[in-house]
Amino acid sequence: MTHPLTVEHLTAHYGTTKVLDDLSLNVGAGELVSLLGASGCGKTTTLRLVAGFLEPTAGAIRLGDTDLTKLPAYKRGIGLVFQNYALFPHLSVLDNVAFGLKQRGIAAADRTKRAGAMLERVGLSQLGDRLPGALSGGQKQRVALARALVVEPPLLMFDEPLSNLDAKLRVDMRVEIRKLQQANNTTALYVTHDQEEAFSISDRVAIMHQGRIMQLDTPEVLYQRPANAFVARFVGFENLIPMKVTAREGENVKAQAPGGVELSLPVSRFENIPDDFVLATRADGLSVTADPNAQGIPTTLGLRTYLGRAYQYQCDSAAGPLLANGPLSSPLEPGSTAKLVPVLDQCSILKPE
Amino acid sequence: MTTRLNPSLIVLTVLVYIFLMGPLIIVLGASVSDTSYLTFPPQGFTLHWFERIFEMGAFRRTIITSLQIAFLATGLALLIGIPAAYALNRYRIQLPSWLSTLFVLPILVPEVVLGFSLLRSVAVEYQTPIFATLLVGHTLIVLPYCVRVISASLASFDFSIEEAAISLGSRPLKTFFTIVLPNVRSGVIAAFILAFITSINDVSVSLFLTGPGVSTLPIQILAHVEQFFDPVIASVSVLLMLLTVAVMAVVERTLGLTFLAK
Repeated sequence: MTHPLTVEHLTAHYGTTKVLDDLSLNVGAGELVSLLGASGCGKTTTLRLVAGFLEPTAGAIRLGDTDLTKLPAYKRGIGLVFQNYALFPHLSVLDNVAFGLKQRGIAAADRTKRAGAMLERVGLSQLGDRLPGALSGGQKQRVALARALVVEPPLLMFDEPLSNLDAKLRVDMRVEIRKLQQANNTTALYVTHDQEEAFSISDRVAIMHQGRIMQLDTPEVLYQRPANAFVARFVGFENLIPMKVTAREGENVKAQAPGGVELSLPVSRFENIPDDFVLATRADGLSVTADPNAQGIPTTLGLRTYLGRAYQYQCDSAAGPLLANGPLSSPLEPGSTAKLVPVLDQCSILKPE
Repeated sequence: MTTRLNPSLIVLTVLVYIFLMGPLIIVLGASVSDTSYLTFPPQGFTLHWFERIFEMGAFRRTIITSLQIAFLATGLALLIGIPAAYALNRYRIQLPSWLSTLFVLPILVPEVVLGFSLLRSVAVEYQTPIFATLLVGHTLIVLPYCVRVISASLASFDFSIEEAAISLGSRPLKTFFTIVLPNVRSGVIAAFILAFITSINDVSVSLFLTGPGVSTLPIQILAHVEQFFDPVIASVSVLLMLLTVAVMAVVERTLGLTFLAK
């Protein structure tokens, strides 16, 4: 059975420090949602609250129709996968996987069968008799995954499950986690600090900062249309340029950038442009040109680096320091003056901070 | 490839062994000497002095008392020490740091002072039975060892293992016994041995707390040498050593001493 997870107005404190601030979150049945953020942002706290290892100061946690808020951790039935695997060192791999079944009072013969079948699904059927100490990191995490999945939990949670693995294995394992989660249609909450990992396997990602969710959306939306400056910076929008609307003319809104240049923004592309706003782009979204007549932000070029597909310039512009890319065909010299032309397709409009 | 041994290292090793084993061999030799006084090397051979121990009621009684006190004090110290060590490690972040120091304090207080203050504040004040007072004293002196040794074991225990078990439906108390305890077994065994040996060999605390009718073996040995100089003392000492060896042997048999090396 698969259930949606609902977290409502969750607030948590460590002593007097507020670590989670009125956090609400909904994970649909069978959906995988990641909590993404730097350490200390509250993502692990959220997971531990849902698991029942911490108590919230306020708020509610529900799984389907069940209120988990006051339920002790051992009754919640949530599958957990930890960063350091957390296998039982004194039990064989098979007994590790069968542990949850044993707690549920399933007969020995049946649980051996089910644990064995689960081990086969993660490709470790040969290693059932080994102790966890004899396994590699990747194998350990597979056992941990099997152990969490074999009890068919209504909710599966991952706490940085791949952080201790090397780069190649990380990619393989995250694909495997996604496959198993989808095959079982299990609702899943996934905590990570790795943006690529979160974006690659999640249906939706919540970007967290200081105990709040800054934006919860599909990876595509987060990547292309961040909702605020924090998320924009987080997903790599290096340039945040303050703008002022000067005129609204039907299909277009005219706005002035620092340095006096006026840009025309089509309403069809940008909705609800406030009078003061921030134009956010990646380096790719600012094109460097030596043409003095171009409609762009005047700048002096600084350090030039070679990216393979383009040259990147550190610019000392009228709008402050910016990062912009220029074509390989016409490298410009550091120290010369140029114009930075926003590529509107790659720009996002944000409220000022 | 063969490793060349440094000759001076061999000499040093042999000297250390002689230094360590010498007293034991002297005591062992003296205990079987067929003379009415302590002497080494032994003259003749007899097990008479071992028989004498058991003919003397005082030794018989104190051996039993010593064993009772050692087992009970160690048991009590483990009963207090295991949960204490668990709590100190499990909630290390939440607990004030001086709390773990608190459990080591009895080691820092000279045992003589501890014995004397127990005599004054417990035995005299409340007229507690001698056996009970002894038990309290011994529990106090072995508790720090239990807490420290088990703490050291728990320090390397990853508590997310415990959380994994709980998330899989195991009650916290059951998890402690089925998951936590088996993984700190080596620490518990080490604590047991250390505590037992400390208790059975203790003189300073027992000196104050023993009284008419109830004494421990080391105190009885002291009392005996004050009056006699016969090889009984040596044979009792051998017996005490054998007792210690026996405890180690039982542990070795059941669980393996390699646990201690972990």
